[in-house]
Amino acid sequence: MMISNGIEDEEKWLAEGMAGIQHNAFYLHRALDSNNLREALKYSALLLSELRTSRLSPHKYYELYMRAFDELRRLEMFFKDENRHGCSVVDLYELVQHAGNILPRLYLLCTVGSVYIKSKEAPAKDVLKDLVEMCRGVQHPIRGLFLRSYLAQISRDELPDIASEYESEGDTFMDAVEFVLQNFAEMNKLWVRMQHQGPLREREKLDKERNELRDLVGKNLHVLSQIEGVDLEIYRDTVLPRVLEQVVNCKDELAQYYLMDCIIQVFPDEYHLQTLETLLGACPQLQSAVDIKTVLSRLMERLSNYAASSPEVLPEFLQVEAFTKLSNAIGKVIEAQVDMPIVGAITLYVSLLTFTLHVHPDRLDYVDQVLGECVKKLSGKAKLQDSRVTKQVVALLSAPLEKYNDIVTALTLSNYPRVMDHLDAATNKVMAMVIIQSIMKNNTCVSTSDKVEVLFELIKGLIKDIEGTSTDELDEEDFKEEQNSVARLMHMLYNDDPEEMLKIINTVWKHIMAGGPKRLPFTVPPLVFSTLKLVRRLQVQDGDVAGEEVPATPKKIFQILNQIIEALSVVPSPELALRLYLQCAEAANDCDLEPVAYEFFTQAFVLYEEEVADSKAQVTAIHLIIGTLQRMNVFGIENRDTLTHKATGYSAKLLKKPDQCRAVYACSHLFWVDDQDGIKDGERVLLCLKRSLRIANAAQQMVNVTRGSSGPVTLFVEILNKYLYFFEKGSPQITGAAIQGLIELIKTEMQSDSTTSNPASDAFFASTLRYIRFQKQKGGVMGEKYDPIKL
Amino acid sequence: MVLVLALGDLHMPHRGSDLPLKFKSMLVPGKIQHIICTGNLCIKEVHDYLKTVCPDLHIAQGEYDEETRFPETKTLTIGQFKLGVCHGHQVIPWGDLDSLAMLQRQLDVDILVTGHTHQFTAYKHEAGVVINPGSATGSYSSITYDVNPSFVLMDIDGLRVVVYVYELIDGEVKVDKIDFKKTTDIKPLTH
Repeated sequence: MMISNGIEDEEKWLAEGMAGIQHNAFYLHRALDSNNLREALKYSALLLSELRTSRLSPHKYYELYMRAFDELRRLEMFFKDENRHGCSVVDLYELVQHAGNILPRLYLLCTVGSVYIKSKEAPAKDVLKDLVEMCRGVQHPIRGLFLRSYLAQISRDELPDIASEYESEGDTFMDAVEFVLQNFAEMNKLWVRMQHQGPLREREKLDKERNELRDLVGKNLHVLSQIEGVDLEIYRDTVLPRVLEQVVNCKDELAQYYLMDCIIQVFPDEYHLQTLETLLGACPQLQSAVDIKTVLSRLMERLSNYAASSPEVLPEFLQVEAFTKLSNAIGKVIEAQVDMPIVGAITLYVSLLTFTLHVHPDRLDYVDQVLGECVKKLSGKAKLQDSRVTKQVVALLSAPLEKYNDIVTALTLSNYPRVMDHLDAATNKVMAMVIIQSIMKNNTCVSTSDKVEVLFELIKGLIKDIEGTSTDELDEEDFKEEQNSVARLMHMLYNDDPEEMLKIINTVWKHIMAGGPKRLPFTVPPLVFSTLKLVRRLQVQDGDVAGEEVPATPKKIFQILNQIIEALSVVPSPELALRLYLQCAEAANDCDLEPVAYEFFTQAFVLYEEEVADSKAQVTAIHLIIGTLQRMNVFGIENRDTLTHKATGYSAKLLKKPDQCRAVYACSHLFWVDDQDGIKDGERVLLCLKRSLRIANAAQQMVNVTRGSSGPVTLFVEILNKYLYFFEKGSPQITGAAIQGLIELIKTEMQSDSTTSNPASDAFFASTLRYIRFQKQKGGVMGEKYDPIKL
Repeated sequence: MVLVLALGDLHMPHRGSDLPLKFKSMLVPGKIQHIICTGNLCIKEVHDYLKTVCPDLHIAQGEYDEETRFPETKTLTIGQFKLGVCHGHQVIPWGDLDSLAMLQRQLDVDILVTGHTHQFTAYKHEAGVVINPGSATGSYSSITYDVNPSFVLMDIDGLRVVVYVYELIDGEVKVDKIDFKKTTDIKPLTH
């Protein structure tokens, strides 16, 4: 209620002020039109009196000021033309000082002063000096600021600068500098004084009002930067020290923050680079509440952009030791502001790191140094809990990754893992994922075991349970995503040299073996397949290096593989382990290592016997065993017999009869391999087929024919197809008569009343008959073969 | 003209981290009407990705597919063609054409798509066509050495199907095509 009343009142007062100006402006114009100096002075003084109000906020005062400003422009033109008023400028300067109240008096004086300087009847510097000191008469902050702002504005074009018309002997740009510096200092004092004007509870309102006025003060710095005579030397020796003196001594945090930032934005980057020490030296002297880190960040940002846009200045950066100075300054600021929270310090280091990566990307020692400073700051404290801090640390660690696009470079920074150590477990994992994503995105290959070691240390939060955490707490989806990322990562660890590759594999294994039962099912398969690829590479490489003891031989690698797959027993993952053992068996077969292949088969069978209990899983598993075994050519007769016997035995012991039937006829292929050296034992093939036929018969006799789409008739048709297969291969034991018999059997079964018709079986049988017809029509050897079979 | 993508044996992330970039840029959503997948994806993310390429997705269960129960075999009709898909580890000997032909007769399909060997093949025989799209990621196989990433795109138009095979060889995508024509329409069911 109070506030809205206040606003309403302000509107009213502003309106009153504007009306007052309007009123007096009317008479002023009349006076000007009739060249009446006295009247003009009278009414302009009255007009300017409206600016004596203390009831308006800066925002509203500004409107009033602008209205008056317009009128003063007209007045100035009048003053300039002596013919119109007949008064010399010197006399005019005297005359206006008779105005009653000080504020109108000074506005008028400044206006005449501008004309005075333009007339060149006195040195600019004398007039300016006089004015800037006279303005001291107004100590009210808002009124004083606007008055001095007016002074600055109208004197702008009349400063004695190099090559300006106002320059002369004894009236140089240094005088201009002096004038602006003085005006600036006074304006800053007024501005700071506003702080103490209101009661503490209105602090927020005060700060807002102060902020509205800040550009009036800052404009002076802008003017300084525009004075041509101000070169690097003058800036360094005069301007900067004086400005900084003001900034530091005013001890006002709002002013300090704004002005530091203003200096940085207004003056050229080249100057900042050369005055870095002075500029940075002021920072620790500022009030502790000043957001110095933002100031420093903006400075570093400007310097980074400067370096980026003009690469030729880079040597200058090195010459002035910019990095060292900034690093030291940051250190001092952190030391001086004891209460600075950690997040502030880390944010500063993030800015410094960004600067370093932009300006000195090749100086990894600098990058490492920054990280080292962070480690120092973080050490001795407990693991970080504050999310703002961890966010900054993650930004710190991500910056080198983004810059170098190459994790390998980041891995050489000795302090990088040390910083990561300070993260709590959850953030460590977040960072680890960032690292992995960087590798995947850039398709980086990590090619030595040393680098792999460092990498896995960095991402250890994903690889195993670090103290204080357990996998139970994790969200399942997140966990899977993590582990799948680790799995993907493993394919990026590679070296062409087999010895080094083996070292990499051993390093990875060393790390992931501690992962625990939840992680192993994700991490073991990719490691196994990377290893199998290595085996194949060695196998394809011809010739052993004569006599040398080479660590990387297939045999030794298979030993490692055995260990790795065995670890799955703690999960337990028997089905996965079985598959991996079979993969290894095949690889051992290709390397001609019979005992090794046999051992892997043994492991697979043991798992099948003892661990695979689910009947569906057993069906798949036995087919995988049969399929793999069928391709083995390394086994001697004894070994082969043992394994095929086992396979067939287990096939017949599957739970469901149809599954038994199918597995057993699959086993028939174990006795017939098409290679020239391959086994071709027609008798045992026939034994298998007959056995599967018996099982099919038994299945048919069982109750509940309507269960599922594979009725027993389908089984017969499948078996028939197998007969045809071996018949075509030329197995003498598979006769046309046997086939004929089977065809008749099926026909009988299908026509029988007790069988419900099954369209799938019908179609299958039809297409089989169609195939036989096709083969008969082929003619030649095949046609002859099929001739005895009648449909 | 109906486009059917056939691919499989990606084995992600067990044997590879991702599809080749060149393949990914070709598999633009909205261009393909059906996907037939021989299995061994192996994780849900791959399934989700394939769904974005085309929502009509048919997958058969591979022996390394975790946590899913896709069917062992699946049949579907597209235009004048009956297609069947099976991963292939169930058909012994692995990769044997005659044994696959038996499966084709059993499923009563014109086009049978299987995988497991990671080797692209396309055979025409009595019952129709047997296609193996190979491994889309070119992942390790105990059966095939030097696996190149490959997939198949079938263009079904009336009684004709053109089979395009895309293979990534030494960093370049090579395309080949094979034509097949059916002799008869699908017979309507008589009972």
